Amino acid sequence: MNLYRQLLIFLVGLSFANTVFAELVIRVTEGNDQPTIVAISPFELNGMRLSEDIGAIVEADLHRSGLFQVTPRQDMLAFPAKPKDVYFRDWRLLGAEYLVVGSMQTMPDGRYELEFSLLSIMSQRIQFTHKVRAPADQIRDLAHSVSDKIYKSITGIRGAFSTRLAYVSAIREGDAQVYRLYVADADGARERLMLESSQPIMSPAWSPDGKELAYVSFETGRPAIWRQNLTTAKRQQLTNFKGLNGAPSWSPDGTKLALVLSKDGNPEIYSMDLATGALTRLTRHFAIDTEPTWMPDGKHILFTSDRGGTPQIYKLSIVDKSIQRLTFQGNYNARPNLAPDGRTLALVHRAENKFHIAALDLKTRRLLALTETTLDESPSVAPNGAMLMYATKSGARGILAAVSIDAGVKYMLPAKRGDVREPAWSPFLR
Amino acid sequence: MKTRINTYATLLILLAMAGCSSTPVEEVVEQAPTEIENTEVTTVQLEAPEVEEVAVETDAPTVFYFDFDKALLKAESRDALLEHAEVLSSNSRAVRLEGHADERGTREYNMALGERRATAVKEFLVMQGVAADRIEVISYGEERAAVYGSDDEAWRLNRRVELK
Repeated sequence: MNLYRQLLIFLVGLSFANTVFAELVIRVTEGNDQPTIVAISPFELNGMRLSEDIGAIVEADLHRSGLFQVTPRQDMLAFPAKPKDVYFRDWRLLGAEYLVVGSMQTMPDGRYELEFSLLSIMSQRIQFTHKVRAPADQIRDLAHSVSDKIYKSITGIRGAFSTRLAYVSAIREGDAQVYRLYVADADGARERLMLESSQPIMSPAWSPDGKELAYVSFETGRPAIWRQNLTTAKRQQLTNFKGLNGAPSWSPDGTKLALVLSKDGNPEIYSMDLATGALTRLTRHFAIDTEPTWMPDGKHILFTSDRGGTPQIYKLSIVDKSIQRLTFQGNYNARPNLAPDGRTLALVHRAENKFHIAALDLKTRRLLALTETTLDESPSVAPNGAMLMYATKSGARGILAAVSIDAGVKYMLPAKRGDVREPAWSPFLR
Repeated sequence: MKTRINTYATLLILLAMAGCSSTPVEEVVEQAPTEIENTEVTTVQLEAPEVEEVAVETDAPTVFYFDFDKALLKAESRDALLEHAEVLSSNSRAVRLEGHADERGTREYNMALGERRATAVKEFLVMQGVAADRIEVISYGEERAAVYGSDDEAWRLNRRVELK
């Protein structure tokens, strides 16, 4: 028995090492003070040989959220696969509050099926039993959907583990730089290269259906806005104006793109009808107006402007064009990104010469600094509003990092090489 | 067409001369038509001036620096820019002004800032007589650092406009 367990732990260790986090690696630096303790019993494989350890992916997901502490496998006395095999007392002794058990099988059509249950150790009952199915090459998707289900059942908040992340990587090669646009899973795994260029790539923005990205590419020698379908990789150049062509942001209904053009002399916010290409100018001011982002109602746009002397965030009504200033604390507040609740505004805030990510409560007007590092930028809130991803520096390198919206949980996603930046968290994909 | 214009010109000159001279007007008027009828007018084409345009070179600095979140030309940039303006007025070269920002602050705001800086340089050159349509302004924001590093010196060297 003992030998069997050691062998199993060795195998688990091996599969951890094989887990492909090709470009981004996760390091959790700060977690919740009182995390919920969850034990994931390794799923019964019934003779199947899988390329990934599903239980380990679920453990990593829950751990990364900062709200959970995962019971180490080597502490487990048994690996039950069905609720009827669970001895609650054993798990209570380990301090686990919840236990996940499950069993895999191959379906006649070749897909994988996992039947899993979440058990409350305290109340000694099954919270739920659920089945998920996925093609054999989508084991990670299957694992993330298990995490989503567990997270939702325990916290009451929809899980965002099955979402994706777009980001830009820049790698110096000799005197030149190579810019790449990637889309990866929210945990940094399975990154896919969308675009590679010797000229800068900037400002990736997700379409609300999660099927397309808009971004800025300098590949023509000048900045231009492009849209690209993620499944077909088909691209379309949307703008080619003199001056700035930047900061694309998709409207909530997906029919329009807010963007910045300086073709009329200085940076102004425009709205482009994606069906016709028609442009509507939304701002008219000699100051810098940039970084538009839509509010969920589709009738207001938040943007950065230095019309008051320093960069601050303003709210624009596209109905009556009225403009209202939202930030007053400090001399640099920029790059607004609204949480899905429509109330928590993530932004870049300068305090004592340091650029932090901060959250502004639009109701109470309270500004909460979420990060302590100095060169933080590009906040992007997860579609469930629990965390946000941003770019910062670690040593001389640009890295991605995440922080919970209450600042309690933090983790980093440094790249294996080069600088990574401008994370854009996808919407829910299903 | 050209010949006809020249003919009229000769006539006008003769008329003018006639007006100035003491010779009685009648005589000239009588002579003029006959002379014009018989005279082959030779038109003289002006040769293109053989002055060679030699592009004046300058070794004045081509990079101009700015303060944080500012697009005001510094006094120290003035002399070099005046020199460039003079050189540009002497040739027909197109120039490209690339505006940049340091890594602090947000990327799209820095794009706007880089453009504002390059535009400040353009406006200075235009004021000195360089045709605006020969100057292209492009901003790279913080996307193309001249110097890597996160200290005051690197930032100072990255807040710049490059004349190319």
